[in-house]
Amino acid sequence: MGLRSLILLAFGLAVAGAPPGLVVVLNILGFRGVSWDDVAFVLFAEIMLIAGLLVVTMRDIIKCGLAMIVCFGALAGIYVVVGAPLVAGAQVLVYIGAISVLILFAIMLTQDKVAPTRLVFQTQALPAAIAALVLAVVIGLTVTATDWGAVAIRIESATKDVARALFNSYVLPLEVVSVLLLAAVIGGIFLARHEEGGPP
Amino acid sequence: MSNSLDSYLVLSGLLFAIGSFGFLARRNAISMLMSIELMLNAVNLAIVAFGSFVEPLRANSSVIALIVMAVAAGEATVGLAIVIAIYRNRRTPLVDEYDAMRQ
Repeated sequence: MGLRSLILLAFGLAVAGAPPGLVVVLNILGFRGVSWDDVAFVLFAEIMLIAGLLVVTMRDIIKCGLAMIVCFGALAGIYVVVGAPLVAGAQVLVYIGAISVLILFAIMLTQDKVAPTRLVFQTQALPAAIAALVLAVVIGLTVTATDWGAVAIRIESATKDVARALFNSYVLPLEVVSVLLLAAVIGGIFLARHEEGGPP
Repeated sequence: MSNSLDSYLVLSGLLFAIGSFGFLARRNAISMLMSIELMLNAVNLAIVAFGSFVEPLRANSSVIALIVMAVAAGEATVGLAIVIAIYRNRRTPLVDEYDAMRQ
């Protein structure tokens, strides 16, 4: 690794570490309304956003898949901070454990040697970036301008309540989802299987 | 900061915008599927955040988030199977070379 890339790395780490560091300092100095939950939130949010940006911009797609795992892990941390530990556990199991592995296997099955050297983006990448920026601004303005009737402090959703809701009032959607998963598994096998005498 | 609904919703909107950019701009079919997963995660974050801050939605939001995860798993399975099936025929994962229906 050359000096130039080391300097770039140090610069990137400094820029990325500034907001969480600022919140940590504010917390230690004892500012009102800043707690360790805020530190965890800012840290996880930043990791999630940077990993998400890496997912959509990196050239080597297998690295994109690994960055996606980091993004999902940070999101699981945010679920813990917001007070939904059961969803955080399911996030780790389903997304990191199952979907990421599935995507990594699909990447290994479909990429050839020359793929990383080709263009990453389509020709409409610039309009897409503008559209995404506009979307982010519109969503941000909308959610901050609306009164959601939110309470001032977040409520931990107990696993017992979630289980009670899941198996009482949501039992029909639960069964429908199980049938849907079965159909998806059978459909996936059917679509991806080799045909006799067909191309390999 | 971690006690306001707005910060979670803005974070969710940012992640959704990143995912939509990836979906519109990437050439690789699997990258597009990964971007869809990012968008689904953003929506899930919004749902869970609403559940933590709006009293009547408390347990329901976790249930809805779990169901969204299951549906996302099914979507990933079928989507990747379709990509692999197309790759077997066309020998490329790039979506702008899937032009058989345009000619």
